[in-house]
Amino acid sequence: MFRMLFAALAGGLFGAGLLVSGMVDTTRVQGWLDVFGAWDPTLAFVLGGAIAPMAVAWRIAARRHTAMLGDTIPGPNTAPLDGNLIIGSTLFGMGWGLAGLCPGPAMASLTFGGWGGILFFAAMVAGMYVAPPIRQKIDHLTANA
Amino acid sequence: MIQEAWIFGLIGGLMIGSAAALYLLVNGRIMGASGILGGLIDGSARSNATERVAFIAGLIVVPGVLAMAMGGAQTNISANPVVIIAAGLLVGIGTRLANGCTSGHGVCGISRLSRRGIVATMIYLLAGGLMMFLFRHILGVI
Repeated sequence: MFRMLFAALAGGLFGAGLLVSGMVDTTRVQGWLDVFGAWDPTLAFVLGGAIAPMAVAWRIAARRHTAMLGDTIPGPNTAPLDGNLIIGSTLFGMGWGLAGLCPGPAMASLTFGGWGGILFFAAMVAGMYVAPPIRQKIDHLTANA
Repeated sequence: MIQEAWIFGLIGGLMIGSAAALYLLVNGRIMGASGILGGLIDGSARSNATERVAFIAGLIVVPGVLAMAMGGAQTNISANPVVIIAAGLLVGIGTRLANGCTSGHGVCGISRLSRRGIVATMIYLLAGGLMMFLFRHILGVI
């Protein structure tokens, strides 16, 4: 019960932060990515502001080892920089540039983003649904390379 | 408004980081939007599905209510359905291959100096910047 309550609180605070910061505004996001045009530096403040409290949280986590509700705090992902990370991040960046929405803001703006937002969300979900076999294929190809 | 944008960016960023800190220190989970949703979509998350649903419910409802209280909010998303569908597919497939997006790799990864998080963020920022250059300044589509 507490687990669900705090998950909803974290999700709500995340969503509110996405709205306040301008991450749900595609003009602002595309302005940030438009380094060769009218560059908008706002997102540097968003990213910096978000990283600061989380860096403190990791410090606390390193001393506690377990979360307040008893779970083990996840250790660092020691996987190498593999093909999936590089190809996936490239594809994600391309989509983010094209529309100006990443997964968090796509969900946070569902109630007010109109049909375009719903269409983006549906396409994103479809992409997530078809991703696992593609992931296996890339793992297989890059392991043999 | 533009001059004040960085203040809202900073405050909103602090809220995002505090949400991630809360999810880590209380629930013991990494706040990655694509992973939380993607695990539900591809069925890889069975035991903690309700926690994910609760997170997503908060993520959808709270900004919705806030936007209403503020008299509406705009995403200014493209009106071109081809652009929207292509972008959505790329974001969905890409984040699941890379195992993270702006929140997972960007916020949670960089803040713990994860090599994968830092490299992923550099790649998606570069790819996004190149897409803007190509599609806005060369092709003039977006």
